Amino acid sequence: MQKNTVLTQAPYQKLISKHKVKLLKIFIHLAALLPIINAYYLAFTDQLGADPVEAIIHFTGIGAFNLLLLSLAITPISKRFKLSMLLKVRRLVGLYSFVYALCHLANFLVFEVQFDWILFINEIIKRPYITVGMAGLLILFSLAVTSISLLKRHMGKRWQKLHNWVYLAVVLVGIHFYWSVKSEIIEPSIYLIITLVLLSLRFKKLTSFKK
Amino acid sequence: MLIKTPKSYDLKENEVTPQNVYLNRRELLKGMGFLGAGALLSTSSTNANADWFSEDKPTKFKTTPLKYKTDQNANNLILTPEAKVTSHNNFYEFGTSKTDPVKNAQAFNVDPWQLTISGECDKPYTLDLDDLTKAFALEERIYRMRCVEAWSMVIPWIGFELANLLKKAQPNSRAKYVAFETLHDPEQMPGQASRRIGGGINYPYVEGLRIDEAMNPLTLMSVGLYGKTLPSQNGAPIRLVVPWKYGFKSIKSIVGIKFVEQPPASTWNILAPKEYGFYANVNPKVDHPRWSQASERRITSGGLFARNRIDTLPFNGYGEQVADMYKNLNLKKNF
Repeated sequence: MQKNTVLTQAPYQKLISKHKVKLLKIFIHLAALLPIINAYYLAFTDQLGADPVEAIIHFTGIGAFNLLLLSLAITPISKRFKLSMLLKVRRLVGLYSFVYALCHLANFLVFEVQFDWILFINEIIKRPYITVGMAGLLILFSLAVTSISLLKRHMGKRWQKLHNWVYLAVVLVGIHFYWSVKSEIIEPSIYLIITLVLLSLRFKKLTSFKK
Repeated sequence: MLIKTPKSYDLKENEVTPQNVYLNRRELLKGMGFLGAGALLSTSSTNANADWFSEDKPTKFKTTPLKYKTDQNANNLILTPEAKVTSHNNFYEFGTSKTDPVKNAQAFNVDPWQLTISGECDKPYTLDLDDLTKAFALEERIYRMRCVEAWSMVIPWIGFELANLLKKAQPNSRAKYVAFETLHDPEQMPGQASRRIGGGINYPYVEGLRIDEAMNPLTLMSVGLYGKTLPSQNGAPIRLVVPWKYGFKSIKSIVGIKFVEQPPASTWNILAPKEYGFYANVNPKVDHPRWSQASERRITSGGLFARNRIDTLPFNGYGEQVADMYKNLNLKKNF
C-alpha cells in the first residue's frame, strides 16, 4: 500500500483535504446511485426500451465493469498526479462495482430466468461465459466482505494477497463481456485493451507474484 | 388463415394491456401518484426514451395504412404492443443495439425499390415499390416470432404467401432452394459502411430456404404490420417471415429472390457455423452453444416484474403445419 502523504502535511491542509475527500465521496455516492435508481425506476414502469429485462441486465453489467476499471485506474492516476486523496475513495468505487455486479446477477435470476433455479444453476455451469462472469463476481464478493477496516487490520499481509485477486477478476469480467456478444466485438475489445493497459501499469507487481 | 382452432399451448387474452393504455402509461403513472423523486430523476432519460415511442417525431419514416383481410386471432394470442415491435429490432444494417434501428433508419428511402425474382425459373420478373402491396392480395397473419436470443414477440404481420410470389415465376426442376438478399447500400445503411456500427457481419445480408419450406403456406412475405406498411426498422418495404424458424432467417428489406440448385449461404451461418445452422428451426431440445433454448421470454407489456418466461415449443408451436417437411432429417445435426 502507498504511504499516505496527506498525513505528513500541515494540520490545516489536513482539514481541507478531509473536506475534499468527504465531498468526493458524496459525489461518488450520487454518481453511482442516481443512475441505477433511475434505470430501475424506468425498468419497473416499462419505460426502459421494449425489453426492460435485457436493458437492465446490460446497464448493471457494463456499470459494474466501468466502476471496476475506474477503481483500478485510481492508483496509477493518484501516483502520476500526486493526488493521494483519491486513494481514500478507491474502496468506495470498488464496493459500488460489486453492488452493480450483484444487481447484474440478481437481474439474471429474478427477471431473466425468473427464479427457475434449475435453469439458473444449469446456465452458470454449462455456459462458459456465465461461469467466467460468476467466478469474477465471487472474487469481488470476497473482496467486498473483507473491505472493512477492522478485517483489513486483522488479516495483515493476507489481506493484500487476497485483494490482489482483483487483477484476475477484471480479466474474467473482460472475457465474460467479450464472450457474451453475438458478433459486435469492438466494444468488448476496447474494454479488454483498457484492462490490459491498467494491468500493464502494474507489471512489476504482477510479475513479482511468481517469486 | 390456416390456424384457427385454439390449441393447448395458446395464451389467453386476460393479461394484455390495451394499446391505448400502453401509449398513455406515463399519464397513468402520474395519475397513480408516482410523481416523486423517481420521476424527477427520470426526466433526462425519459426524454432520451421519448423518441423510441413518440408518434410525432418529425423525421419519422412514413408508413401508410393497408387494405387487407384481417386475422381473427382465433388463438387469442396476446400481441406485443406496436411501440415495442417497432423499437426493439435486430437489424445490424442500422446498428447492433436493439434500439439503434429505430434511431438510425428513419431517413431510409425505399422509393424507388426493385425486387427481382430470378434464377432457375421460366418467367423471372421484377416488382417495384407499388407492386409490393398491389400485386398480391394482402392478409393479416398474427405470428409468434422467436428470436435466437431466447425472447419472443407476437406480431400482426400483413403480407402474402411467398408461394404466390414464387409460383408466378414458374420455377423449373433445378429450383431446389430459394436464396434471399437484402439491399446493399452503405450510404443509407450505416452498418454496411462501418464495421463498428454493423457488428462485423458480411453484407449484404443473405438467407435461404429449401423450396418446400419457401412454398409452405405459413411462409409469408410481409409488407406491413399493425395495419400499416412496414416501418424502416422492421425491414421496409418487404421482408420474409418464417414463423417456425429463429428470427434471423426472416431477412429484411429484400431486393433479390433467386431459385438455386445448391444450398444457399446464410449470413449468420457464415459468421458462426457452430452457433447458427442453415435450418435454424426453433427447437427447445437443441441449445445455442452459449445459452439454453428450452424457454423464452415473451415480450408483451409490463416492466421488470412481468412474469413472461414460457416454454419454447418445437417449431415455435407450428409443428402441425411444418414438422412433416423434416421427417427424415436429424434435427440435432441439422440445427
